[in-house]
Formats: sequence, structure tokens, C-alpha cells
Amino acid sequence: MSTDRRLILFGRTLLVAGMLGLMVGAGMAATGKPDPYRRPAMVPAPADNSITPARVELGKMLFFDPRLSGSQWISCASCHNPALGWSDGLPTAIGVGMKKLPRRTPTILNVAYNTVFMWDGRAASLEDQAVGPIKNRDEMDQDMEILVERLVAIPGYAAAFERAYPGEGITEKTIAKALASFERTVVSAESPFDRWRAGNEKAVDESAKRGFKLFTGKAKCDVCHEGGNFTDNGFHNIGLKTPKGMSEDVGRYAQRKVKINKGAFKTSTLRDVELTAPYMHNGIYQTLEEVLDHYDRGGDVKDNLDPNMEPLNLTAQEKQDLLAFLRSLTGKPVHVMIPQLPR
Amino acid sequence: MFSRNLFGCLLLALAFNATAAEFEVGQKDKQFSMSSLKIKAGDTVNFVNQDPFFHNVFSLSDVKTFDLGSYPQGQGRKMTFNEPGVVEVECAIHSQMKLVIEVTK
Repeated sequence: MSTDRRLILFGRTLLVAGMLGLMVGAGMAATGKPDPYRRPAMVPAPADNSITPARVELGKMLFFDPRLSGSQWISCASCHNPALGWSDGLPTAIGVGMKKLPRRTPTILNVAYNTVFMWDGRAASLEDQAVGPIKNRDEMDQDMEILVERLVAIPGYAAAFERAYPGEGITEKTIAKALASFERTVVSAESPFDRWRAGNEKAVDESAKRGFKLFTGKAKCDVCHEGGNFTDNGFHNIGLKTPKGMSEDVGRYAQRKVKINKGAFKTSTLRDVELTAPYMHNGIYQTLEEVLDHYDRGGDVKDNLDPNMEPLNLTAQEKQDLLAFLRSLTGKPVHVMIPQLPR
Repeated sequence: MFSRNLFGCLLLALAFNATAAEFEVGQKDKQFSMSSLKIKAGDTVNFVNQDPFFHNVFSLSDVKTFDLGSYPQGQGRKMTFNEPGVVEVECAIHSQMKLVIEVTK
């Protein structure tokens, strides 16, 4: 082989290697297809509520402001606490008058990527979702007309709304849009799993790698927890027991009266799952170990069980591997600056 | 007289069957294989699950309310649409799966 020919081949090899590197760096699998587990690069937003700094700033103030509630002492952050994985650490939420509510506070981490909202999917957009708990009589118990009057009387808010939504005023709609804009910025940071998928073999240990193989294989977790946000935005009855003292919850069935929806709830994201205990819609499990044992049993209550659920027969080592993988989904810590509220 | 009526009914049934068509809609990658479908009253749609997990097919539309239940890969379930109108079809498990069937006379 001539020197020129060898140089051409070497150059081609470099080019191919370089292309492969670019593909992995851009979240491409070696097959040339986008990596389905890549952390979403962009946060989607509706055309009439694109994300701007002024909207996020306003939404953040509203999110942390207890004056959004009827009592003026419960804010969105009372339950969606950034120090507790944007949830509250409780099995089920506590609402107005310290009332114990029937469902766990879902994290708002990565809610931007969802296509349907609330445990039972009753909100079709993040804007719809954002004002739901404010108006709910058991949660923040606020009359929206009173809230608008209250905010209009605060000069700092009048200016912030005008910067965020010029000419639109302070209305239920602009309150919802601002809150949704802030929530869209609450996304989990890059995790060891992401660095591994991008090509860094040392980013996770061998146990986590085996765990991911189980996740997408024998344990079938990816049937529901799929894609970059590890959710199918679907509804599944996974055979949970009803904790003592709590009523049976029909879940999605209240919204869509189809048999399979009885006891079905929305699939949660698994990103930062280590930070968002307790688990399940009714907070029945305190640890990820308990969660894995539940799936390994194929669920407990078999009535109307999702047909994808069945015993997995996982070994102790396999459960450890799955745990290692789930913990590799914890992103870098995100520092949250609490805003000064206008008075 | 009786045999004449019976013959007439048979002819009508044959004519009906000759014009009724069957359509196939796939369920693949958690989507219906089309977002809309136009059919005629009397036509049948076969919903075939091509994903390696369960799907459901239902509609709560006024024109046609049905629930075909949940079934695994490789199986299909059929529904005949006799009334004209718009039928919104969904999968109860995967809420993003939506199909609009327009049934004409």
C-alpha cells in the first residue's frame, strides 16, 4: 500500500471516529438514531407563552408567595419545596386547615416535559395545572377574583406583570402563564447517567450499567418509564394497597370512565427519584427498596391490575443493580435563590 | 310471500356487505398509525397492537361509546361504526394516542 493510500485511510478513520464522537456528544446512539434516553435539550413552551426572563422572574415570585392562598399562609412552595425535591416529603399532602389530602404531592421537577398533568391527568396544560391547586377548596382555597384584586394593589406586582405580559394586565390567565413559565425552568441537572450515555464509561459503576440493562430488559421498567424523562405520560394501575385510614382512589377513572383506568395513576418521572421520597400516589413506600420489592411481587392488589404487571423474580443482586441505576439519575445539585416578594 | 321477503333480506344483506369496508389502524411506538380516518357508516376498523406491550382502545364520543379493553402485541380488535358523526378514539393507557374517525353516510 502506498503512503498516500495509507494517509487517506487514516484520515477516513479519524473522520469516522470524529463523527462517532460528535454523535455521542450530541446524544446520538452508534446506530445514528437519537438516544431516546438523552436528557431533553430544550424545554418546550406553548406559542402564546414562550419563556422569557421577565415571565420566569414573575412566576418565581408568585410561586413562593403565600398571598396566593385564601389564608395567605400557603404558597405553591409550601408543598413543592425545593429543599425536598420540589415535593414535601410527606406520604400525602396537607392542605388548608391542616387537612390531610388523599394523594402525595408530586414533584414539579421536569413537569415541563409532561403532556398531561396531575396524578389523574385532569389538567391538559401546565397553565391549567398551575392555578388548579390555588382554586382547590382543600388546597390553597383561593377565590381568583380576590387574588387578582390583591395583586393589583401591590405596585411591585403591577410592574412585574407589565414587564412579563405587556398590556395583558393581572388576570387569572397571566397568573397561570407566569407560574407555568417558572415551573418550566425547574428541570433536573445533568446526572452520572447522562454523562455515561454521552460516552464517559467511568461516569457510573458496573452495577448501575447492569441495572440499566435490567431496567430495559428483565424488569421491563421502560414499558412505562421510558425516554429522556423516564415517563410515558400514561396511566397505570400498579396494584397498590390502600393505606389504613384512606379511602380507595379511582384515579384516572374519574376523568375517563374506562375500566382499565380504575385505580390508574400517571407515571412519574424517575429523574432525581432518590430525592423525592416517599413514593407512589398515596405515599405508601418510604424507600426505593420497597418500590422495587413491590414491582418484583408484580403488585399487591390484582383487581384491574395493569396487564403489563407480573412478578419479575429479581435476585438480590439484580435489585441492587437497579437501585444503583436509579441513583445514577440524580442530577447535580441545583441552587435555588428565593426571591424577595413585592410588598 | 315469506320466501320472497327472505330473498329480499338476503339481497339487502349481500349488498350491504359488498359496500362495507374494513380498515386497519396500527398502534406503534405509542401512537396510532394515523391521526384521522374517514370511513362510511357500516365500515369496520381493526385496531392492531404492534408494540411489545399492552394497548387499549376506547371512545367516549356521543356517536359511538366503546371500550375494546387491553390486548398485547400482535392482537387486533375490531369495531364497526354504524352511525355517522365524529368519533374520538384514544388509548386509556397512553393519553397522547388520539385518533379522530369521521363516519359519513
